[in-house]
Parts: sequence; structure tokens; C-alpha cells
Amino acid sequence: MKKMVLKNLVLSAAFAAAGICSTGAALAADTIKVGILHSLSGTMAISETTLKDTMLMLIEEQNKKGGLLGKKLEAVVVDPASNWPLFAEKARELLSQHQVAAIFGNWTSVSRKSVLPVVEELNGLLFYPVQYEGEESSKNVFYTGAAPNQQAIPAVDYLMNDIGVKRWVLAGTDYVYPRTTNKILEAYLKAKGVADKDIMINYTPFGHSDWQSIVSDIKKFGKAGMKTAVVSTINGDANVPFYKELGNQGVSAEEIPVVAFSVGEEELSGIDTKPLVGHLAAWNYFMSVEADANSQFIAAWKKFIKSDKRVTNDPMEAHYIGFNMWVKAVEKAGTTDSTAVQDAIIGIAVPNLTGGLSAMMPNHHITKPVLIGEIQGDGQFQVVWQTSGLVAGDAWSDFLPGSKDLISDWRAPLSCGNYNVKTGKCSGQNYE
Amino acid sequence: MQTKAVLRWVVLVVLWMATLQVSPAVAAADATTLEQAVILLQSKKFSDKSEAIKLLVEYGNPAVKGVLLALLESQLYHQQADQRLVIATPKEGGELFHDALSGEPLLAVTQEQLKKIAINNAMRSEIRSALAIMDLRHPEASTRLAAVTQMLDRPDADNAALLRPLLDKEEDSRVSEMMTMVIALANLLSEDRQLRKEAVETLDGSLHPAIRNGLVTLQQSTSDKAFAATISRVVANIDSKLQFYSFLENLFFGLSLGSVLVLAAIGLAITFGVMGVINMAHGELIMIGAYTTYAIQLLMPNQIGLSVVVAIPAAFLISGLVGIAIERGVIRFLYGRSLETLLATFGISLILQQTVRSIFSPLNRSVATPEWMSGAWEINSALSLTFNRLYIIIFCLLVFAALFVVLKRTTLGLQVRAVAQNRAMARAMGVRSEWVDAMTFGLGSGIAGIAGVALSQLTNVGPNLGQAYIIDSFMVVVFGGVGNLWGTLVSGMTLGVANKFLEPWAGAVLAKILVLLFIILFIQKRPRGLFPQQGRAAEG
Repeated sequence: MKKMVLKNLVLSAAFAAAGICSTGAALAADTIKVGILHSLSGTMAISETTLKDTMLMLIEEQNKKGGLLGKKLEAVVVDPASNWPLFAEKARELLSQHQVAAIFGNWTSVSRKSVLPVVEELNGLLFYPVQYEGEESSKNVFYTGAAPNQQAIPAVDYLMNDIGVKRWVLAGTDYVYPRTTNKILEAYLKAKGVADKDIMINYTPFGHSDWQSIVSDIKKFGKAGMKTAVVSTINGDANVPFYKELGNQGVSAEEIPVVAFSVGEEELSGIDTKPLVGHLAAWNYFMSVEADANSQFIAAWKKFIKSDKRVTNDPMEAHYIGFNMWVKAVEKAGTTDSTAVQDAIIGIAVPNLTGGLSAMMPNHHITKPVLIGEIQGDGQFQVVWQTSGLVAGDAWSDFLPGSKDLISDWRAPLSCGNYNVKTGKCSGQNYE
Repeated sequence: MQTKAVLRWVVLVVLWMATLQVSPAVAAADATTLEQAVILLQSKKFSDKSEAIKLLVEYGNPAVKGVLLALLESQLYHQQADQRLVIATPKEGGELFHDALSGEPLLAVTQEQLKKIAINNAMRSEIRSALAIMDLRHPEASTRLAAVTQMLDRPDADNAALLRPLLDKEEDSRVSEMMTMVIALANLLSEDRQLRKEAVETLDGSLHPAIRNGLVTLQQSTSDKAFAATISRVVANIDSKLQFYSFLENLFFGLSLGSVLVLAAIGLAITFGVMGVINMAHGELIMIGAYTTYAIQLLMPNQIGLSVVVAIPAAFLISGLVGIAIERGVIRFLYGRSLETLLATFGISLILQQTVRSIFSPLNRSVATPEWMSGAWEINSALSLTFNRLYIIIFCLLVFAALFVVLKRTTLGLQVRAVAQNRAMARAMGVRSEWVDAMTFGLGSGIAGIAGVALSQLTNVGPNLGQAYIIDSFMVVVFGGVGNLWGTLVSGMTLGVANKFLEPWAGAVLAKILVLLFIILFIQKRPRGLFPQQGRAAEG
């Protein structure tokens, strides 16, 4: 008797399993897969985990609206573990094994450079949501974060014209994004007539924690009787001890303001912001911006992540814009085929979270407003300045000697990411 | 622009002082000023708010000071319904609201009805200068000193004129000295040659950067050669003093970096130095100590200062227990196989990191710094020592002394040294070597936990905290001489100071590389480090 029961149990379990499998298989055929390539472990997990959750939320919302082309979207999450070569492997896995229609992912530039050859080879689509150093334009990559002209240059303009800054400290972490950005900024400042002795450039290793000497140097540099500001491309983690040291050594934002390009709401949520009040950040989005789209997004995010304390930030907005652009492009093209989507997406405009419309430009960068915010005691930013209109992202900086002759236009007939207007040649992807 | 603005305030303040004794008719006119200011303050434009501040200063009622202070501390709100200004003061479990102008408590008001009045940097400095002028007659000498010191950055004849009558009445010597400086600095710009000369003499030897700037500007603009030479002598005098203080400052930076290195490495000096275990998970034990601090602060949210003190023994215990578990669970099977130990402990370090990520999330946690650990001890305007670093130097020396006593004066210490020198002989003498191994490893790990408490005050508390310190720790121990506590102390301090003296000259990245290169060369010459172990045990 007992044996019978057991047998039945096993049988029914097997049926049930088969049932689940078959529905699973049926589902798989009817879904559009979306790859999410963000580190969930290792150093970059701190920033990238949030973006994975953002994508899951956007996909869930889209499915509630009835999916895409009559099919449900299915998220495929992989973990490249902050390991740059692993990013390439995982991208290959997403494209060839899972056959995803598009990849949303990456944070660091080096991880993007690692994925780039893979998406180009397999003709995939990559939406990259983080501000970066520019000097790149790929047929297969859509840059929804800010290029230097959408973040760094307007910030410097603000400091120069509105605050009257005459001396500049360019401080950054020692890797590609700060080095390139600072090169652009240095060229820009010199073009504006700033003398060599009024620019101090400083690089520190990743995760630098002993800022005593550097802050003391900045303090001395700023005491020369001219208004001084720090333009910081210091990478996420190292910022906390940097700001702490500024506070302890008594450098206030009124004396020497620091404008940062990598410090957002998420980074501030880990620290006591009282000593930082008044320091600045330049982004294309702040959580505190008053717009209907933004308050809806924040409410949805808090509900999705089941926490009232979680904040939203700029790269999240970039994913929001990028995802909606992709959805619109797929609807316009009527297919998820990547070549068709690449054609369809140029010119598509979707609402951003600051109350305007962002459009995809022919160079695969988007238009965005630029906002400057001051840090408040509650870890939020107060917008103190913004560009009057939208700024279109520039793939190739106008201030670097090698790249100012280059333009990028992926529409036929040019279809080139780095067309040299002087020589009239398209130098291919391997421009250096 | 700025001088003009200050001038305006000076006039306004003088006017205000005059209005204090005038008729109600004027007061009524002022009431409309106030109304106007209140309306402007609620505007979205910063230029309107800035105008409002000027009006408030002009109105000059004592209540205005409270409003300005609240604005500065971002505690000023306006009620959306009736445009009333409300000040929120934080109290336990919420905020206390009262009317900004009348000061009457508002019990029915809730946070939802209020909107914060945001300000920007320009407004902050406007408010500060206005408050400084109000503070010149403050009964507290330190407040007056701060107010006068603020004027140094904006030397002009109006400020000097404001200070001159106050100078005679000033009783506090520091305040009057600072007033003399401000007046002299303003006099540098005076038309009167004699006045300028006297001012230069007064300013001789002062270290404040604004004064040096003022002197240099004057030297460049003056046509009188002899006078220019006098100024350049004064400036050279100031510069030589500044150089001396900047040397002291660098030394302090070096010692503080050194003490962080010693704290991080001293636990390793025991596990690696005494026991010979290459423990790659040492950094994670530090991290556990830092997370313990965070957890303790969660338990005692209102006593930040005490929580840091409580965290020290707690971190010692928790990291120590984790260390003992690692020793009993893994390392004891691997004694004498250093490569396997290295790989196994590296694996443990990854496991610990990911565990912390799963429990506390990958985001950095915020550990509050107690009031007494923030800020700086200002010795003079060229040299100030930050309190957190100062305490950490002291703390490092205390930990070192305690550890030294434990190893040299207690039974456990005796047994540890016996086992380290000759395990077989120690066992023959009745020492339970396994127990001693576990205790030694626990002691080293516990010290790592204590280092974590100190680091939580300096850097990020996150899963990657430990990785940042593991290489440095090994460097310090190897350089100092394996198995020698004094060696660790001396090498940590040496590396810290060397790093900080190289940094201004070579930059942070290159300084680190140079120090590493130096150690490699040094180890080539003296493979056993600064203080090599002597005797037969060292040969084994």
C-alpha cells in the first residue's frame, strides 16, 4: 500500500515536471530575450547590481503592458564578476547561446572595450548606460550615458562663468576615463586662456584612501588668492575618504568647490553628507528633479526593490531611456533583428526622466540636458544650474588634436563611426 | 563684486544699529521689508533668495539671525499653505517645528506640509559674512575670533573701519591680535606710505595665506625699490616658516599613514611572522572588524562615540573567533605546506567577501564618525593636525604596547614564543601546541579586527576593504623582518613617512611604486628584513 502511494507520488511528480518543462519550452519560443551584463560580484558589484535590478524592473513593466511584438520579454542575467575578460565571454554566451535580442550592460570603460569586438563580430546590440570618455563610436553600441561634452565641459563652463573660478585642480583616478577626460578639459581650459601654472593635475591609484597630502596640496594651491575649484574624476569608492579628508582639513565648498562626475545619489547613500554640503556634481539626471515621469519612476523603483530608502541615479535613467528607445525601435522595425533595429533606432525620441525628450543621434549617442547639483545634507542634490536645452553627445571631442576632424554617422550612405572630414576616409573601428 | 556686497552690508548693519532706537513708524516700514523677504525666500530662483537674504540683514531683527542660521543649516522650511517660515530642529525620533520669526512652537505641522528652502554656495558665503559682522560683538571670544578671521579673506577699508573702534575695547588678546592683522592687511592697500610701511612690519612673520598674498601683490605693484626689498625680506621670512611647518605636516602625514600600515600589519606579524602561516584572508579579518563597528552602531544609534569604543573589544572577539575557526577548520591541516595554505586562505578570503556581500549588500556601509574625531587641531594657520589621524596614531601605539605586553609578559605569550622557536621541544615541555596555535592565530586575527575598527573611521566599509590592505601588510611584515614586532613598527612607520615625503614630489602612483622598488632592492640585500631573527630558530 505504502509502496503504491510512493509510486503514484513519483509518477505525478514526473508528470508535473514534464508539464513545467513543456510550458517552459513553449514560453522560450514565444519570448524575446534581453541580456543583462552587469557585475553582481567583485569590485564593481557596488554600482552594477542596481542597474541589473533597474533592467529587471523595466522588463517587468514592459511585460505588464503586454510585452513587445505580442511576445513576453525574458531577462537573461549573467554575472561577469568585475572581471574584464569574463565580460567578453559572457557577452558571447548571451549572443550565441541565449540568442538575446539586445544586451544592456557594462560600467567601466575597460569592460566595454572588452565586449566591443564580440558584439561587433556577432552583430549584437549593446546599450551602455554610464558616462564615459568618448572617443568611440561603434555600429553595435548605443551610448546612453554622457559623453564629455554632456557632462565635463558644461560643468567647467558653469564654474568658469557663474562661480568665477580661475585656478583648476583636475583630480582623477589613474585609468582611461579620467585621463582622457582630463586631457580634453586641459585642452579646453587652455583654449579659454587659463595658464599652465593655474592647472594642477593629480592622479591617484584605484581605491586610494590616504588623501592627506593631496588635500593639503589642494588647500595650498587654493590659497593663492584666486578662486579655485576641483574637477574630480575620482572613481566611486575613493571619493568617501577624499571628501572626509576635505571636511577634516576644513576645506569648505564655499572656498574650494569640488565638482564630481562619478558621485551620484547611490555613492552618497553610503556616507554622512553633512561635511559635503555645497560640493557639486554634474549629471544628466538627479533624483530630486521635479517631473512627473521622475516621480512615477521613483515610486515604481521603491515598490520594485521593496525599500523606501533606495535611491535612483543617472545611469539608471540612462537604462530607462535606452530600454524605451530599443522597445520603440523594435516596434518600428517590426522585428528584433539587430541590423533592422540599428536602422530604426536613429532619430527615435523617448521621454527622459527630467521632463523632456531624448533622441538617438546618428552617432549612436543621445541628447540630454546637463544639470549641476549641489550636495545637500540628506544625500540628495539641489539643481543649481542647467543647460537651456538638450545637448547632443559628441563621440569625438573637438578639443583633442587627433579626434577633432572625426565625425560619426551610422546612417547610409556614410555608415561610418569615425569619418575623417579632412582626408575623407573612414578609418574603420581601429582608430587610435 | 564681493567688496561691494560687503560694503552694502556694512552700511546695512550700521543702519540697523541706528534703527534699534527709532520710532515705530520706521519699524512698520521694516515689516514690509520682512514680508518682502519672506516672499522672495520662497521663490525658486537663487537670485531672488539672495535678494531676500539682503533684505533680512537689512531688517536686522534678532530673530533674523536665527532664520539665517537655520537657512545655513538647511533647517528652514516654508509652509506651502500659508507661506509661513518654519524652522525644524532635529530631536529624537523626528523633528521639532517652530515659527521662524515669532519662535512659537508649531505642534500641528507635519513634514508633508513643508518645503525646504534650498540655498547654494554663493548664498552660504553671503550668509556667513553677514553673520560674521553680527558676531563681532558676540560675548564669546571664540565666536568673535572666528568672525574676525573670516574677514581676513576679504581685506578692505570698510572691514578695517568696522574693526578699529572695537579693537580698543577688545579684551581677548587673540581676538585683538587678529583684528590688528585685518586692519594691517587693509592698510597695505592704503594711499598713505607710512601706513603701508607700518602694516608690513606688523604682518612680518604671520602665516595666514591671505597675508602672504597681500604682501606679494603689494611687492609687485610698488615702485619704491627699498620698500619692495623690505617686503620681499618679510615674504622670505614667512616662506621659511611655512617650509618648516610643511615639513612637520608631511611628517605627521607620514606617521599617520605609517600607523595605519602598522595596525593592518601587526596581526599579520603574528600569524605570518610567528606562526609562518601565509594568511591571504588577513584583509577580510580586518573587514570583519570594520563591519562589526557598523553593526554595533546600528545597535546603539544614539551613542556614536561610545559605539566606537565598544566596537574595539567586539571586533577583537568576532575577528578572533573567525580566525580560530579558520585555523581549526583549514589551516591546521596544511602546516608546513605554504603554497597550499596560500591558495586555501585566498579561497577563504573570496568566500568571506561574498558572504559579506550577501548579508550586508555589495554597497558600502556608512560608519558614522564621532564628533570628537572630526575636524582638526589648528596649531597655527600653516599647520593643523586632523583629529581622526591623531587618535589613530595614539591608538596604534596603544595596540602595539598591549600586544607587546601580551607576548612578553603573559603565559600565553611565553608559550607562543616557545612553540614558534621549537615546536617539538615545547611539546616535550608540556605545552599544548595545537591549543597555542589556535590561540595565536586567534590573537593575530583579533588584532586585525581592531585594525578594522580604526579603518572604518578612515575609509569605506565595504566588501573590498580587506583587499586594499593585504599587499601593504605583507610588505610591512617582510620589510620589518619576519617574527619581530619592533621590526613591524619601525618598518610601517618608515614606509609611511617615506611614502608621504615622496608623494608631493612624485605623485601618489609613482610614490607607491618607488617604495615597492625600494623594498625589493632592500630584500635583495637583506633577505631577512630590518630586524632579522637571531639564533637557531631562524635557521629552521
